[in-house]
Amino acid sequence: MKCRQCDQKASIHMRQHKLALCKEHYLEWIPEQTARFIKKYAMFTPDEKILVAVSGGKDSLALWDILARLGYQADGLYLGLGIDAGINYSHESQRLAQKFADENNLKLHVVDIEKEYGQSIPVLSEISHRGHGRPCAVCGLAKRHEMNRIARDFGYDVLATGHNLDDEAAVLFGNTLNWSSEYLLRQGPVLPGTEGLARKVKPLCRFYEREMTAYSIMRGIEYIYDECPFADGSQSIFYKEALNQLETARPGAKLIFYLNFLEAKKSGNLFVEKNVGKSQLHPCPKCGQPTSTPDFCSFCRMIEKAASAV
Amino acid sequence: MIAKLILRDKEYEVRPGMTLLDALKKSNIVPEAVIAIRDGEIITDDEILRSGDEIKLVAVISGG
Repeated sequence: MKCRQCDQKASIHMRQHKLALCKEHYLEWIPEQTARFIKKYAMFTPDEKILVAVSGGKDSLALWDILARLGYQADGLYLGLGIDAGINYSHESQRLAQKFADENNLKLHVVDIEKEYGQSIPVLSEISHRGHGRPCAVCGLAKRHEMNRIARDFGYDVLATGHNLDDEAAVLFGNTLNWSSEYLLRQGPVLPGTEGLARKVKPLCRFYEREMTAYSIMRGIEYIYDECPFADGSQSIFYKEALNQLETARPGAKLIFYLNFLEAKKSGNLFVEKNVGKSQLHPCPKCGQPTSTPDFCSFCRMIEKAASAV
Repeated sequence: MIAKLILRDKEYEVRPGMTLLDALKKSNIVPEAVIAIRDGEIITDDEILRSGDEIKLVAVISGG
């Protein structure tokens, strides 16, 4: 397979875009597209200060790399969660986040939850009995709280996270299965800031997880490959796997699922009761059943057409 | 000789001459969930596997 731009051997084929690119052009394409999404969704402007939530994983480090390359004022924030689980998970992810910052002369804020609040995330979870035996709910709560606190205390205009399209599609899938209308209406590339709450943006929300992995590998970014030990068997991973099955059979399915949702939300057609009754029904002059089509109903027109064709 | 796919600590033996895509499907690995690396370079899934190939598969799914 050849690169669409230079005829060299392609390194990645993105079926949903019918686009294959070599390493060199892929490493140009990703930042270009990110810049396009930042503008399209009015995420931030070049004069705003950005705080990037950095976990040491592929997505957040790739995001930080891209924003720095695009010339944005982007500092990082690493939250030490105190997760060990026999693999030194937090320690290793902090090391990689710090390494990336040092190698690229970027500023990294580090907040250690245990030093700050007396307990690590797993212990806080146990003590507070939140999250049905998993620390994920407590972890999410602490992350949201601390990211906002640092953004506010240090005067950042916007908080950027590395959520990719698979993350977004998995959340959307879960919220759709549960018909969680409030969450659905809130989901999007930008969560506007309100009094005391920083604006949140997701510049990678239109890239597949596979694409961000490829970007990190091609760019030579060293990231933590091990999964968070508590993520094993999580619902979001289950949804991602299901969506990937769908994507393999129907390339572009994840992208369409997410983009059509954003479009429906933007146009105001999501959960609008008045739209349901919008079409005016009248009795079909022939059969008397309600129809929205002018004159005869579709069934009667079909029968009439068939009769005239004989 | 055979070709090998290596995903985390698991190895899958496949027949040389088939495409990476076919090899992944035969091994019950979802192509969308991995990046394949041969000799340090990412390859696309239309690549024909050669005898003796050791293809490293990088899992892409993360999150909790």
